[in-house]
Amino acid sequence: MPSMLENKVALVTGAGSGIGRASSLVLAREGARVVVSDINASGAEETLSAIKEQGGDGVFVHADVSKASDVEALVSQTVATYGRLDCAYNNAGIEGYMSGRLHEYPEETWDRLVDINVKGVWLCLKYEILQMLQQGGGAIVNTASVAGLVGSKRLSAYVASKHAVVGLTKAAALEYAEDGIRVNAVCPGIIDTPMMDRLIAGRETDEDMHTRQPIGRLGTPEEIAESVAWLCSDAASLVTGMAMAVDGGLTAQ
Amino acid sequence: MPGTLENKVALVTGAGSGIGRASSLVLAREGARVVVSDINASSAEETLSIIKERGGEGVAVHADVSKANDVRVLVAQVVETYGRLDCAYNNAGVEGSLPGRLHDYPEETWDRLIDVNLKGVWLCLKYEVPQMLKQGSGAIVNTASAVGLVAGRQLSAYVASKHGVVGLTKAAALEYATDGIRVNAVCPGVIDTPMYRRAIQGREDGIEEHVSAVQPIGRMGTPEEIGESVAWLLSDAASLVTGFAMPVDGGYTAQ
Repeated sequence: MPSMLENKVALVTGAGSGIGRASSLVLAREGARVVVSDINASGAEETLSAIKEQGGDGVFVHADVSKASDVEALVSQTVATYGRLDCAYNNAGIEGYMSGRLHEYPEETWDRLVDINVKGVWLCLKYEILQMLQQGGGAIVNTASVAGLVGSKRLSAYVASKHAVVGLTKAAALEYAEDGIRVNAVCPGIIDTPMMDRLIAGRETDEDMHTRQPIGRLGTPEEIAESVAWLCSDAASLVTGMAMAVDGGLTAQ
Repeated sequence: MPGTLENKVALVTGAGSGIGRASSLVLAREGARVVVSDINASSAEETLSIIKERGGEGVAVHADVSKANDVRVLVAQVVETYGRLDCAYNNAGVEGSLPGRLHDYPEETWDRLIDVNLKGVWLCLKYEVPQMLKQGSGAIVNTASAVGLVAGRQLSAYVASKHGVVGLTKAAALEYATDGIRVNAVCPGVIDTPMYRRAIQGREDGIEEHVSAVQPIGRMGTPEEIGESVAWLLSDAASLVTGFAMPVDGGYTAQ
């Protein structure tokens, strides 16, 4: 049985750690050549060597997704290297400041968070879609969150940014549905990542986070990666405009 | 690369046509042994012979999912034949009488539709779950619909039944989340099936107009595309996915 993404070219932002790294590895395992991008060069280089160690192919391109010129260059480097762009996983995001109520939240943190989490995804879509329109197709996945589906206390900026990603996903899916471009989002629950470690350190006990997720454990970055790979694959040819909860039942409550 | 359901035992209801048949074939392709069940025995036998033609393995069992005893016997036969039940796809459903506004809808049609579409899924869960509890694992997918997430006109009974399936899916997922049993739903949009062809017959607008009006992708989906989603949700790759009602609808519900 062939792999799901044989002969595909994939781009992953925020590929230097956590969900982005695990997803890059799963996409490579499934046969894609993967352009790993991050604002943090050393993290992404590590991801790339892990891809190569498992026999995969890829390159690293540095980018700050909140800068249009970076994103434009990222997509053009992908095309310069591999000739096309089939799958894009727009995953780069930050958690911002996690322990404050809305009225205590610093404005500069709000600006940075929305710049990366929302405008970053918009910029990625903008430049990826241009290339995919030329090819006549493509598949895009954005990282939203369970915080893109429901609210949560002391996370207002993050919740707003991830709800925006869900909205952007649906709107883009509708606009390009007839152009062969699918756009979906994954909505991770509580996942064992460096970002979650920072969040837990800031506010609650480990046990507390576990019990919020009905499945009774943290998710792994690899479990998100499997969802991303499937959504990128042709098996998901009828799936577009979906915000997919991968959350051990968290948002079923 | 091995199939994603190698060594698994799967059960599919409503396996005699459309989405149920296509899903049975995809599950078999991925390595599962498939118990194909339908109220229409000959159609299930046909699905089974296609599975076998393609080198797969399975058996056909007759069942009316609205009858507790049928469902109980169905699960018992699965376990008797293959020793376990890893994956269940509760897909059997009827469209009722379409189209019709709520006040025109015949009560006996309402009763039958709810009996099959909602109670049928509940009965399947009821008898599948005890076996999966014994094993300590299992994955279940129910067929809801895009109209399990949003409403459609002149479809009130069907809409209500499919919203019910989504609710049942989430509730069951929560109850068994720590028992290793995942429960999800697929929500097909407009799919080219015998059911859809029957449903569209009475409408004034044609198929093409209806599809382009509701499904942004601009074409009908195929039963195989639902089959792929079902196979993925039933596989271990979806280990963190439970209580999810997954639209497979070409953007239908993103609008």
